[in-house]
Amino acid sequence: MRPFAYSRPDDVATAVRMATPPMPKAIAPTSAPAQFIAGGTLILDLMKLDTMRPERLVDINGLAPALGAIQSGPHALRLGALVRMSQLADDATVNRDYPVIAQTMQLAAAAQLRNMASLGGNVLQRTRCQYFRDPSWQQCNKRHPGSGCAALGGVNRKHAVLGVSDTCIAEYPGDFAQALVALGASVETQGPAGARTIPFERLHRGPDTPDVETVLNPGELITGFVVPAGPWTRRSAYLKVRDRQSYAFALASAAVALDMDGDTVREARIGLGGVAYRPWRAHEAEAALKGKRLDAATATAAARAAFAGARPHEHNAYKVDLGQRTLVRALLQVGRMEMPA
Amino acid sequence: MPDKDDTLPDEARRALLKGAAAGAAIAPAMVVASPAGAMAAPAAPPGNPHLATVDLTINDRRERVTVDTRTTLLDTLRNHLGLTGSKKGCDHGQCGACTVLVGGRRTLSCLTLATMVREAVTTIEGIATADGMLHPMQQAFIDQDAFQCGYCTPGQIVSAIACVREGHARSDDEIREYMSGNLCRCAAYPHIVAAINQAKTQMEKA
Repeated sequence: MRPFAYSRPDDVATAVRMATPPMPKAIAPTSAPAQFIAGGTLILDLMKLDTMRPERLVDINGLAPALGAIQSGPHALRLGALVRMSQLADDATVNRDYPVIAQTMQLAAAAQLRNMASLGGNVLQRTRCQYFRDPSWQQCNKRHPGSGCAALGGVNRKHAVLGVSDTCIAEYPGDFAQALVALGASVETQGPAGARTIPFERLHRGPDTPDVETVLNPGELITGFVVPAGPWTRRSAYLKVRDRQSYAFALASAAVALDMDGDTVREARIGLGGVAYRPWRAHEAEAALKGKRLDAATATAAARAAFAGARPHEHNAYKVDLGQRTLVRALLQVGRMEMPA
Repeated sequence: MPDKDDTLPDEARRALLKGAAAGAAIAPAMVVASPAGAMAAPAAPPGNPHLATVDLTINDRRERVTVDTRTTLLDTLRNHLGLTGSKKGCDHGQCGACTVLVGGRRTLSCLTLATMVREAVTTIEGIATADGMLHPMQQAFIDQDAFQCGYCTPGQIVSAIACVREGHARSDDEIREYMSGNLCRCAAYPHIVAAINQAKTQMEKA
């Protein structure tokens, strides 16, 4: 690991000022000289690998009094950026009213990591692509724009099939983001230009600029998330398929929330994980289900619509099939959920 | 009693092993361990942004160390404070061998910077009582033969204690899920589950 300076501000404005470079627009946020650290589970791993090389770490754990709360109200669920994953996993209200969110926490990582990792850092976790993580690979458009992509012709069993390009096929590995994208959440930030609210679906960018992963500016800090309440949030679940039963990233996953009128789908909200370049909302599948009776045939048709644009590579073609089966199972499971009167 | 050399910081131990005592610069972190209260250790030299003076409470003892900002809690424990019970397995937060409690929560000390720690730390060395009576979880690991090589065991035991305290040891399946962050290459898993079940009963009675 390379040397860095460390500071621990007490308020958001100071944290933002400490992390803002002199010319913010000229740098990809992940390459900025100053980086925020909360749980440390992502950035210290990548710094040990020499994949990230910040010169300064701004420890934001001192902001927990302002950014550490879970607040459930009649219109929305508000989640502070410094809420820990284990805190959200065990929250009784979230388990009852937004089970898909609680389940993305319970099925992610392992107990120690969930105690450490913050929600803000969680959505910014970086791909598990081994050609990105290991800087001894010369070709990686995320690390060196224009250098090429070693995964295209390499071992790409775990890579993405949706939203990929010829410059990058890295998978977005997270679970929480799939619930946020499905439920139409938004992200609140504070940055050099002030505070703003970004629809979660627009937080992550596509693969045309693999080195710039989000629309955040250097020095811009995620302060929280707002999940709108809706008739679909209680009838929701997260299904995650992995190589191991626990403590593994998704090969395919589905975050599903349904508003039902008897057997008929009034509205479906679907996020897909493990298969896409970024948090992925399956709009085509949602549209295919709207107003339909939910059964194996309509669920299968929706899943087919979700993967119609899939672009598999040598070792990950199985994800097209696995992803569809995962979504079908999740839809039928959520459709069968018994709701309290 | 551990061998005396085992209590030395790694750098010092290596220097001794090399027979380089004469004139060799043995310069680990400046460490002053003291009973509660008196803390007279030197602070980080001013002007060097890459050094930090850290006040830690480890197993109810207050410690002050001056370390490179890069130093993890794990390396601080092992190399600067002589607490080598917490193990370095992967050093990337994947194996759980370095698990300690920070503020009572199980935490990976290899992905925690020493400078970030504000709450009390409990390591495997602080689990037994002062008079040497083993914690029920330690005794259960012995009774149930829950290890072979033993390298992952300190992390397993610390993690298992937290697992029971969290209320996540209600069934074998739940134990397996909530202990999945502690890998055992000897695959003693069935015995680890048995040990946690045994200790759980005693911990709940206590």
